[in-house]
Amino acid sequence: MSIKAFSAIIIRDVKLATRSFGDMLTLVLFFTMIGVIIPFAVGPNKALLSSIAPGIVWMAAFLSSLLAIDRFFRADYEDGSLLAMRHASISLEMIAFAKLIALWLTVILPLIIASPMLALMLNMDFEIFGRTILSLLLGTPALIAFGGVGAAITVSLKRGGLIAPVLILPLSIPILIFGISAIRSNSGMGVEDNAMLFLAGISLLAMAFTPFAIALALRLEQE
Amino acid sequence: MDKSLLNYKLKVEKLNLIRSSRMILEDIAFEVKAGEALLLRGANGVGKTSLLMALAGYLHIEKSTVDWVIESKSNDEHLAIEDMHFIAHQHAIKEALSLRDNLSFWVNINGGQNSDIDLALEQAGLNHAADFEAGLLSAGQKKRLSLARLLIIPKSIWLLDEPTSALDSEGDKWVASIIDKQLDRGGIVIAATHLDLPMKKHKRIKTMILGQASLEQTNLGQTS
Amino acid sequence: MKNSTQAQDQSIKKMNWFDRLAHPGQFLKWSKYLIIPLIIITIVLFALGLWYAFFNSPEDYQMGDTVRIMYVHVPNAWLSQFVYMAMAVSAIGTLVWRHPIADVSMKVAAPLGAGFTALALFTGSLWGRPTWGTYWEWDGRMTATLILLFMYLGLVALWRSFDDQLRAAKLIAVLTLVGAINIPIIKFSVDWWNTLHQPSIVSAKGLSMPASIYIPLFVMMFAFTFLFATLHIVGMRTEILRRRADALERKSLYNTGAKGEVK
Repeated sequence: MSIKAFSAIIIRDVKLATRSFGDMLTLVLFFTMIGVIIPFAVGPNKALLSSIAPGIVWMAAFLSSLLAIDRFFRADYEDGSLLAMRHASISLEMIAFAKLIALWLTVILPLIIASPMLALMLNMDFEIFGRTILSLLLGTPALIAFGGVGAAITVSLKRGGLIAPVLILPLSIPILIFGISAIRSNSGMGVEDNAMLFLAGISLLAMAFTPFAIALALRLEQE
Repeated sequence: MDKSLLNYKLKVEKLNLIRSSRMILEDIAFEVKAGEALLLRGANGVGKTSLLMALAGYLHIEKSTVDWVIESKSNDEHLAIEDMHFIAHQHAIKEALSLRDNLSFWVNINGGQNSDIDLALEQAGLNHAADFEAGLLSAGQKKRLSLARLLIIPKSIWLLDEPTSALDSEGDKWVASIIDKQLDRGGIVIAATHLDLPMKKHKRIKTMILGQASLEQTNLGQTS
Repeated sequence: MKNSTQAQDQSIKKMNWFDRLAHPGQFLKWSKYLIIPLIIITIVLFALGLWYAFFNSPEDYQMGDTVRIMYVHVPNAWLSQFVYMAMAVSAIGTLVWRHPIADVSMKVAAPLGAGFTALALFTGSLWGRPTWGTYWEWDGRMTATLILLFMYLGLVALWRSFDDQLRAAKLIAVLTLVGAINIPIIKFSVDWWNTLHQPSIVSAKGLSMPASIYIPLFVMMFAFTFLFATLHIVGMRTEILRRRADALERKSLYNTGAKGEVK
């Protein structure tokens, strides 16, 4: 397996995503709009908004990435690229891993870049915002990894759209729990740091092991 | 492009293929040696694509043998799948990328040389469009681009599913000529095709017709 | 002319105990004799357990008679996890050994698991009302059970989304195993979350258990487990018969296998 092959996959997926800019924009819009809707739902009280802001940002990122799952592997499955990639000199597991990295770059990174807007609308404290970004950076790889498993299993379903998020949501709850707790908690010092560690741990384990499940599922899809 | 290929021998014995609890292929047996081609013929939906997929190792085959035996030097068996090109009905082309980008991706993940791309595009008759978006190509041109994968990375085994579909008679001749060259180099070609490919040296070409046992022919969708 | 079921039946020629266990046709034969005994055992255990639960066990000093809900709640809660483990084992059987009826076992277990989990939540909620004052508390155990219910229901929905059940089986097996690995993480994270937000944890299982409580409890556990076993075997038989009916229907429509001759 060579670095050239690995990076070729990431570069191609990123190129393709930026060429279909509309898809990326839609996701960012959805993410931001959650921040817009919340004040209508709970009232514009600034103190209230800033106290629930970390939860809202995480929830928005969570839901947006679940929505994006259907697009993870569908294009490559339908146009035959996955079949052709099985004969490459790089294993399907490494291909899956490379794709997860590319997905993080094209799905999550735009959201993180758009998050200051959300922070502004929800009256988020600056220091809290910093911790929010950090927790998103540490936790979203796990979201993508689990999403990848859901995507691989449902890629052959024609109307697979909503079922993958429903399947992955229960599995992703730990990420949400630790993600929000890592930002601020109201009991005891150091709990946030524990949460950050758990978050990083889950992301590392998820990125390390899900490529095997994803590659297995993709092979089974072709049978 | 003249890198020498490994000599494989394909031995298939008593191949039974069941997909979706339906028996697609029954008791298939044949042998193909290096430098030989096997053409699969038969009506639509009879199982040609499924057989190719079984040979490529995508399908789980029970109680039967598909053996890619390497004869030129000892090696791991599972590398056969890496020494294979499968040109399927789906063309695996990304329409938003240029022709050159499309091919260079395949070069990069197969460990090949980027310098071969221009030559391959020229042979496929697509070098004038090298930097165009692949989405602009016609169906026949897309097929040529998808076949160009065969030219940029030399591999010993070619599995081709209807390689001439959407091509004109010039395209047929081109496909026949590249198959001839592959056979000259000692490769194996297995192609599902309903046309007679205008190839030379007929004695090294075998044909297998997949037929039906019963008279009624209901076509309820592709077996792939 | 061979057909698909006959092709599978050809394995009857040399049968060891594994084949007898595994082959769908053989399974149908011997499982038939299990059903009546299983039903009888289940009924006996329930009768015994309920008698014990209602008449022969003490009231709790705090909760009074309502503690008797425990005899239904605890077995269901235990089963909700046990059934998932059974599904996970079936999933391994499907993927690793390609065991012919492992996928049937996995498919049938999913709605049963959902049912027991829902019952656990329902009885837990009923029990909670007099104990905690509300029908629902976000405590670690109940929350984790709720998440488990969604996992089961997701699997049930997934089974129904696929046309080809055999291909679905292997994919769903992968998801089941990923879920199985996640369950400890989910429990840990939910407990952790709970201790952050609810410093006073209501523990319903902190009771020290004298024999007068744990005997009826164990009887009820066995009763519910046998109920699951009965329903599971009946469900597997139904599924195998359904697949056979489908195969026969398809045989009358499709041709048999394509034969090839090389020239």
